Amino acid sequence: MSLTNRIKVVTKREMTLAEKLYFPAILKGMAITFSHIFKKTPTIKYPDEQREFAPVYRGQHVLKRDDAGAERCTACGLCAVACPAEAITMESAERKKGEENLYREEKYASIYEINMLRCIFCGLCEEACPKEAIFLTDRTVASSFTRGEEIFGKDKLVESASNPIDISKRQTASVLEFKQDKKHYHNRTFKDAKPLKKSSH
Amino acid sequence: MDFIIWYKIILCVVVFAVSLGIAAYMTWGERKIAAVLQDRVGPDRAGPFGLLQPLADGVKMFMKEEMIPSKSAKWLFILGPCFFMLTACMTGAVIPWGSGLTINGTTYPMQITDLNIGLLYLLGVVSMGVYGIMIGGWASNNKYSLLGALRASSQMISYEVAMGLAIIALVMVTGTLSLKEISEQQDAGLANIVYQPLGFLIFIICAFAETNRAPFDLPECESELVGGYHTEYSSMKLGFFLFAEYINMFISSAVMATLYFGGYNFPFQHELGIEGNWLSLLQTVFFFGKIIIFIFIFMWVRWTLPRFRYDQLMNLGWKVLLPMAIANIFITGIVMWMMGKLN
Repeated sequence: MSLTNRIKVVTKREMTLAEKLYFPAILKGMAITFSHIFKKTPTIKYPDEQREFAPVYRGQHVLKRDDAGAERCTACGLCAVACPAEAITMESAERKKGEENLYREEKYASIYEINMLRCIFCGLCEEACPKEAIFLTDRTVASSFTRGEEIFGKDKLVESASNPIDISKRQTASVLEFKQDKKHYHNRTFKDAKPLKKSSH
Repeated sequence: MDFIIWYKIILCVVVFAVSLGIAAYMTWGERKIAAVLQDRVGPDRAGPFGLLQPLADGVKMFMKEEMIPSKSAKWLFILGPCFFMLTACMTGAVIPWGSGLTINGTTYPMQITDLNIGLLYLLGVVSMGVYGIMIGGWASNNKYSLLGALRASSQMISYEVAMGLAIIALVMVTGTLSLKEISEQQDAGLANIVYQPLGFLIFIICAFAETNRAPFDLPECESELVGGYHTEYSSMKLGFFLFAEYINMFISSAVMATLYFGGYNFPFQHELGIEGNWLSLLQTVFFFGKIIIFIFIFMWVRWTLPRFRYDQLMNLGWKVLLPMAIANIFITGIVMWMMGKLN
């Protein structure tokens, strides 16, 4: 029994006269190549025209600031935990007096590094983040001459206050709604946590 | 000096420049046609539509490092590409590019020289081209070059036989070896393709083989012989080999147009009501149109057909084309005898 009905039985036989003449086959081939003259080329002439990205494209990360210009990230480490490639490392620090305009909450990431060579751009960090701090954008990661340059620190990741990066494509209404849903553990903050039951002993 | 000498000198320079220019743009055309046939874009960076690409390629060729293998026969190594280029350029001398220009009441032919054995001259010069390849390939002192040269020379010699016999049948019909007379006859009567369809088929196949074009590009097949006879060549010497191939292609297109497709004549040319120099120039335009169509066919075939195997090539040359050419001579003779044209 055949599964696909595409079996073609091949036999070794003498060529017919028409085949021996080659010309019918040659003309057929030439007709095929000629027909390609009228076909559209799929080429995208890269520096001049750029390929359109899909709306869900996941590229280089950004660490967002809030409306006042303070960093949203509190160095909770959920993104690093969520990261399947273990590309994210961070170090936390406590906010000092007078730094309120720099960091939104009492704790912040003094070092935040993403190894772009390890990152698989899955977007789980963005999903895990309870503070809406990290997002993947439609920017591509630039190539570099050394591996070291591919470890992006805060200087490359944090958006500049004057030139915020548009993440509306990733942070749609449905995403925001999902983030408010306290049913999911990763959306709960300290305030939402239920007090621990006292054990009997 | 006489005006006729100046005229000839100018004509020489023009023919030389035009065949070089066309050959240069054929390299661009080849790449563009290859691209279009394969749904690609092709060269488009240098100038509009990449039209300055031949210039860039030429500059590149000149700027490349010149390498002469230390174990090579140095003078022959240099002579090879020069010879190939020379023979390629010499063939343009007997081709009539138009009926004639009238200047101060005298009509000058648009042909460098009207040899009464023009066809023989063509065959002779073309078969001399093989020496360029042979010398170059042998002098390189490299097995790939030698094999390539061997293949090239045996291929060119084999296919010259069938080509010569195809031309004999044509000469039987026309009764002359002068290309100018052949062109004029086709003005009065029909184009020779009507009388010699089989002869034309043999001729065009042989022309492909003579110019080392696909599907007969065995002498330079990259997959087996690195670069064939020009493996050891670099810089403009390599450029000469590649360039001469394009000139050969241009000339054989011109010869095919002259011999079988009416030369510079075009249908209803005398009913248009233009005469003299304007008609002659229009004829030249049409002639170049025919040449460009043939060049397109050359390239079209190259980007369609795969390469022949060596034994297939020899079989085709000696066992198919040669008997066919001889049969063509017989058939032509019998038909002419029946129509009472033999005397």
